[in-house]
Parts: sequence; C-alpha cells; structure tokens
Amino acid sequence: MSGVVDLIGAVALIGLIKVVVVFVALLLTAALVTYMERKVIADMQARVGPNRWGPFGLLQAIADGIKLFFKEDFRPAAADRWTYAIAPAAAMVPSFLAIAVVPLGDHVTVGDRRVDFVIADINIGILYFLAMGSLGVYGVVLAGWASGSKYPLLGGVRSTAQLISYEIALGLSLVPIAMVAGSLSLSDIVAAQAGTVGNVTFFDGIPVLEQLQDIFSIVPNWYIWSQWPAFAIFFVAGIAETNRAPFDLPEAETELIAGYHTEYSGIRFAMFYLGEYIHVVVLSAVAVSLFFGGWHGPGLGILPWLWPLLWFLAKTLVVVYLIIWLRATLPRLRYDRLMWLGWKRLIPAALLWIVVTATVNTEGVSRNIRLAVFVVLAGLILAWVGRGDPRLAFAVNPQSGDDRGSA
Amino acid sequence: MATTEDRVVDASEVAAEVSRGNLLTEEMVLNVGPQHPATHGVFRLLATLDGEVLVNADPVIGYMHRGYEKLVEARDYRQITNLVSRMDWLSGINNELPLALALETLMEIEVPARAQYMRVAMCEMNRILNHLMFFASFGAELGAITPTFYAFREREDIQMAMEMTTGGRMHFGFFRPGGLKEDAPKGFFQQALKGVRQVIERLPDYENLLIGNEIFKQRTVNVGILPQDVAYSYGVSGPIARGSDISFDVRKDEPYSSYDHFDFNVHSAPNGDCFDRFWVLLHEVVESAKIVEQAIEGMPDGPIMGKVPRVVQAPKGEVYVRTENPLGELGMYLVSDGDRRPYRLKIRTPSYSNVSALPYVLKNTYVSDMIAILGSFFFVLGDIDR
Amino acid sequence: MPDSGVFEYLAAGLRGAVSRTNALPNCAFCVLVFGLSATLSYPRGSPRSCSHIATSGAVPAVPRDYFSQYITIGIFVLVGLGLVGVTLQLARLVRPNVPTREKYTTYESGIDPIGRGWTQTNVRYYIFALLFVIFDVEAVFLFPWAIVFERLGTQAFIEMLIFIAILAFALLYAIRKKMLEWL
Repeated sequence: MSGVVDLIGAVALIGLIKVVVVFVALLLTAALVTYMERKVIADMQARVGPNRWGPFGLLQAIADGIKLFFKEDFRPAAADRWTYAIAPAAAMVPSFLAIAVVPLGDHVTVGDRRVDFVIADINIGILYFLAMGSLGVYGVVLAGWASGSKYPLLGGVRSTAQLISYEIALGLSLVPIAMVAGSLSLSDIVAAQAGTVGNVTFFDGIPVLEQLQDIFSIVPNWYIWSQWPAFAIFFVAGIAETNRAPFDLPEAETELIAGYHTEYSGIRFAMFYLGEYIHVVVLSAVAVSLFFGGWHGPGLGILPWLWPLLWFLAKTLVVVYLIIWLRATLPRLRYDRLMWLGWKRLIPAALLWIVVTATVNTEGVSRNIRLAVFVVLAGLILAWVGRGDPRLAFAVNPQSGDDRGSA
Repeated sequence: MATTEDRVVDASEVAAEVSRGNLLTEEMVLNVGPQHPATHGVFRLLATLDGEVLVNADPVIGYMHRGYEKLVEARDYRQITNLVSRMDWLSGINNELPLALALETLMEIEVPARAQYMRVAMCEMNRILNHLMFFASFGAELGAITPTFYAFREREDIQMAMEMTTGGRMHFGFFRPGGLKEDAPKGFFQQALKGVRQVIERLPDYENLLIGNEIFKQRTVNVGILPQDVAYSYGVSGPIARGSDISFDVRKDEPYSSYDHFDFNVHSAPNGDCFDRFWVLLHEVVESAKIVEQAIEGMPDGPIMGKVPRVVQAPKGEVYVRTENPLGELGMYLVSDGDRRPYRLKIRTPSYSNVSALPYVLKNTYVSDMIAILGSFFFVLGDIDR
Repeated sequence: MPDSGVFEYLAAGLRGAVSRTNALPNCAFCVLVFGLSATLSYPRGSPRSCSHIATSGAVPAVPRDYFSQYITIGIFVLVGLGLVGVTLQLARLVRPNVPTREKYTTYESGIDPIGRGWTQTNVRYYIFALLFVIFDVEAVFLFPWAIVFERLGTQAFIEMLIFIAILAFALLYAIRKKMLEWL
C-alpha cells in the first residue's frame, strides 16, 4: 500500500500548506473588509470612522475580535442546546469553504512539482460554490429556530425563503458562463479570459469607428463584456445570498432587532459576523474569477508569481467596495418586493439570458451578428428588469391638495 | 397585559384540524418595544402576529410618564417655563411658546415686535431641527443609513445658532412671559441665515436620496393609509394630518405671535400613506427655512421684553392657547386662581393624539410595513407620556 | 456508457484502487460524492476530464492530480472545523461565566417574553420552498447541457429550449395562480 500512502502523503502535505496559507489570508482579508466597510461608509457619510486602534484605526477589527472573544457567551434557557451551539459554525464553515475552488493566482514550480495557487481545482467548481452557498442557509435557519425566541424565528423563517429564492437566480446566472467557457472549473474559466479581446471586425468599413475598434486589442478579454446581464443577476442574487443591504432582511435591525442572531453573544456572534464578511469576500472573489478575468493582469518582471495575487486582491476589493457602496446608498427592500424581484424578475431574466447565449453561440452565426444580438437583447432584458414596478408610476410627487398661499 | 399560556397541542386536535383542511396555527404575540430600535424611545407595541401579518397592534404607553401636569402645580411660573421645554425634547422651544402665550393673555402683556419675530425665527429653526431629525430616523428605519448623517450635518449649523443665543442644544429655556430672556447675540443672524440657506440648498439632494429611490417608494407608497375621516376622529394634527389631506395649520388658521406677517405655504398631500406624510414633512422644512429668512431679514429693532411685573402672577381666570408644534397642535389650558403657580395646566400634546390612530393604521399590515408606519407617525416619547 | 451501469463502474473503480493502479474510480467517486449532475459535467477536452464513454471492461486512467483535489478540500473542511472548534474551546477557557436568571431569558424588546418562541405560526413561505425544489433541480440539469451544448448541436439546443419553456410555463402558472404573492 506504500504507493497510496505516498500519494496521499504528498498531496496532503501540499494541501495542508495551501489550506493554512489561504485560511489565514482569508481571515485577514475578512478582518480588513470589516475595517474597510466602516471606513468607506464613514467617508460616504461625512464621518471619520474607527481611528483609535493602530494607525488609521487599522487594528479596530482585531480589537473587536479580542473583545468578543472575552465576552460571556450564554445560551437562553429556552434555546435548543445543540442546534444553538452548532449554528454559528454551520454559518461560518460553508462560507469559507467556497474559496477552495477559486484560483487566487498563477502557479509556481517547487522542485519538479507544479503548485497552483488554488486549493482544489475541481471540475465542478461552480456547482461546488453553489453547494456551499446552499449549506450556508443552514446556519441562519438553525440559529433562528434554535434560539427559542420570536425575533430570531421570524428572521430565520424570512431568510429561508429569501436565500433559497435567490439561490435559483444565482445558479441560473452562472449557466451562460458555463456555456461560453465550456467548463465548470473556475481555473478553466479564468484561463479562458486571458489576453485581450483582440480583433473586432464589427465596424469594418465605417471610417471613424473602424480605427476606434483597434482599442479592443488592449481591452482584456473578460466575460463581463459579453455576459454583463449574467453579472448583474449574479451580483444582485449574490448580495441577497450574503444577507447584505439592501437585502439584509433576515437581520434587519430596525425590524427584527438583529434577526436570527439576536440571542447570540460573544464568540458565537463573532462567528456569524465573520462568516458574513468571509461570504462577502468569497462572493467577490468568485465574481472576479467569473467575470473580471480572475488573477490576469499586467505584471512587472520581478516576482512573477506575486502580481497575479495582487491583481486578484485588488479586483476583489473593488467588488467588495461596490457591495459596501450599495449598503450606504439603498434602503432595505420590503419582503414581498424582495420575492417579487427574485421570482418575477431575476429568474425569468436568467432563463431568457440562457436562451440568448445559447442561440448566439451555436455554430454558423457570424461574430458580428452575435455581438449585435447580444447588445440589443442585453439592453432589452436589463431595461425590463430595471424598469421597476409600474404600479409606482403615479407616486412621483403627490401634488399638494391645498397649497394655500401667503396670508 | 395579554398573555398566551403555553398551549399543549393535542395530537387529535391537530389531526382533526388537518382533516378539515386547516393547518393548526397559533397567533404569535410579539412585543415590539420598549427596547426596540424602531421605536426610538420606550414605546411598546403589543403585536399579535399571524405569520408576518399584524392581526392586532396595541400601543402601550406610559413608560416615560413624568407627571408634568402635576409637577407644574407645585412650581411657580418662572420655573415651569423651563420645565415644559423638556416635554418634547426635539422641539423644546416650541413647547415654551404656548405657555408664554397663555400667561401673556391672562396677564394682558403686550409683547414687543422684535421679541415676536425672534420667537418665530427660533421656533421655525427648532422645527427644522425636529423635522431633520425625523428625516434621519425614517431613513434609518427603512435601512438607508446615510441620510441620517447628512441630516445631522445640516442640523449642526442651525443647532449652533440656537446654542449661541440660548446656551442650550435641546432644552433652551429662552422664552419668558412677555418676551425673551436675552436679545440675540452678535453673529446670531448670520449663523442662522447660513444654516437655513444651507438647508434650502441641500435639501433637494437629500430628498432625491430617499424620495427618488424606487425601494423607498415601494416601502412607503400605499402603506399605512390613514384616511381623512379617521384622522379627524382621532384628533390627528401636524404633518401626519396634512399627509391625510387635512390642510390645517394653526400658524395659518389661527395666527399667533405675528405668524400672519410671513409668507409661507401649508403643504398637504392627498393619499394619507407613509410617503405622503414624509413628503409633507420634507416640504415643511423648506417653508420653515423661508420663514426664518423673512423673520431675520425683517427683524424690527426695539426691546425684547414687554412690561412685566416683578412677580409673575397670573390673575384668576382660564385660557386655552394652541400653537403649531413641529409634530402637530400643542394646546395648553391654563387655569389660574391668582396664585404664583398654576391651579391646573392641561397639556394637549400632538404625539399623544397622533399615536392613538396607530392601532387603526397598523391593523392587518406586515411586520416590515409596521416599521415604515411607526417611522412615519413622527412621535416623541416624552411628548406622548409627558 | 451503453452497456455498463454505475455499479459496474463503481466495482471496477474499487478493483482499481485495491490493485494500486492509477486508475482511480473517478466516476464512481463523483456518483458517490456529488451525484449525477457532477458526473455529467466534466469539461470536454480537459486533461482532467474523465471520459464517460468507457470501453467495456476497462476503467479509464486518470491523473493522480484529480483525486488529490478532493483530498485537499477534505483537509480544508477538517482544518476549518478544527479551527472553529479550537476557537470555541479557547474562548470557553478565558471568558467569564456569571449566570443570572434574567440573562437566560430570550430577548423580546426588554420585556418578559409572552408565550413561547416556538409557536406553530403560519409560515406563508412554504410555497417558495416547494418551487425552489423544482427550479433548483432544473438549474442542475442545465449545467451539464451548458458544458457540451456546442458539441451537441441543434437537436440538444431545441430539446433544452423545450425544457426551459416548460419550466418558464410553470413559473408563469405559479405567477398567474398568485402563488408568488405575499399571502
């Protein structure tokens, strides 16, 4: 059996190193994102934000962590003991597991062994990501139910329906990506986005535009250009999956106190909190890999393995910034409007977009026609999804019933 | 207090219900408040929920009762001018006005024009402060956290002007029977104009941030409709009544303290939903700002105090004075037996009458609508319980 | 795989593992771990792909790398769970524990809770859960097709269109029956 032991041993060693490095990096990034969120939102709201611990308040996240670590952690007498204890872990573990399939950078060669900057390049990467998202629902549902309290129960019930509804849209929005990439492996999808868009012949024969289309030779070949409706659906559904504003109904603080984690304190609360931010980071990382070329980016000659990592981190933080920006801007959706958006807008739009992608990608259609169809149909779909609720059209401004002038 | 005992569900009962095609469910009794982020204060709502539908909502008040009507009977008039400032802590100076007016009516004191204009300017500035506060909290309750901080930034300049004059930021204690405590200090007018003009300039942006937002509209339009007749029957007043198409404003309909000298509009909106109430509130901010501008620009010279005897002592008699508080009609019914202290002071506060319409509006709404409705029924707990 | 079933594959795979060849039973593994959808979703032409159409009797050879990916994920799961467990235990050592009766009541806006938390309340969202089951399965069926649709050509495309149309019709039906309204 020594062959098997060798096989397992070498794999396990490399795997363990990768896992530990990624794990630490992910936790640090999540801590950085909690700090970043507070600073960015403070900036948008004409405030200063955390500035006490460390330079520019950089150590704030660590201070918070230490505080929560030393806090008393008590379980309500009415709670269901084991479910209550397990729920935070059930919320946190799946959120970081999803990072395993995301390629974080290029590869290095150690000895004669090629080591990819990805924990596990499995060929069902997208499905794995979706599966981990589904598992994350358990943490919320179990926490809501196990607390034996009313506000968490309402929050848990809400989030069950919300998360499973948006999961469908999330899954369907990734089907077109699988179509154009021909693979479910995130490494393959990132590899397919290498280089630039290249020659575009769409405007051949039109004087000015013909020269302008040369610009495409430096535009990176990202899927966002052709698949932006898919990205829009993915992004909205992804924010709903991470319980972020404006879809933070399960933990809407002005309605349900703190929703499903009302009864949690100390380290268990910290797990929910950290789990949410890890989820945000992972979602952004997946979005970057699927739509923004992953780790591809120009690098300098020195340290060729470092630049992809930096590019990946930078792109991920930009997406995180977008999510934070949304939180600072939008009010929270009402529950039925949330369901309306998910079921009556995003899912039909995703189905339609699958058909469109399939149609224009079949053989025998010229690239120019594909491009035109893409642009027109994408515009139509987005206009339809984004037009909002026609029932609200009348409510632009209530005309004053009786505006009485000066005395 | 309604209590629901733990109910032992009998299996045969469940089976019988299910066989009849019904799923056996219970109504859940949920306490919203006294410690709840949406009630901003110790307001308690005993909500009976069926799923997420509020079958019944029962406001429980009195957690902050401080017995003002009794307190003032044990204090003389100099003291109670400061005391009433604390009833509605968001609009302190507006609370002082009706008491001053009541005493002036009983004692037949002529208030000089300058003092009247100053009173109007300060009341309207206080109204802006109050309305911006509710603008902030309504946004925050619907999950839009950013308008909160913008509103507080706007408040700051006006707040500074008030502080300059009165020395206080919430409880001003500035109006005296017959006039004011002091004249305006140097720089007050500039500071006030600066703050007010800033509000006029920036308010459209903030309005866009909320009213222009589709999600905001989804949450407020046609939500929590308070029909006009119901508003009448509950004695609802202020921006909430005007949101239900009741174009009533004491400043306009029964002008006091020279409000008839100023040019301003009374806004009202036809639908009576949360959106309309909020819309009216926002537009009143601009009207108030206009009044402040007019008052400061047309500020007459002269004394700030009328001829008041050394001892403030109302003659025997009674008077009812009502003014337009930021949240509605504030009435004070003062009965004097000729002593230095009132025999009885009945205070009719706007929030108390306004929240009494809550059970009607909240019935058969959803939990998330409940938040929008509570937020749009602009109330201050101190004003309800006083 | 016209002539051999999943179980035959599985058995062959186990034989392969026992005989210490490189032929790890990747298909069986997938069937075991990730279900049919995963099995169908191999990237075409990729070196890691497992070719489905096996010649009868022989299990295709697969690079060692393939199996190792799942081992790594297994390590990741274990490290993650271990870290969570260690954190909880460490926190238990350092945190105070001062039980009082009030602390152990559930939070209901600062008032003693009325009734119990687990009322048999009317959950009006269960219809969404039913619909979710249908649509999520649909999404899983779409993925394998999406991988290979260019190769499968027009016939599969039309078949999938019919599939999507049926589901779109179901969604429309649900909307028309007002199942997606807030009850």
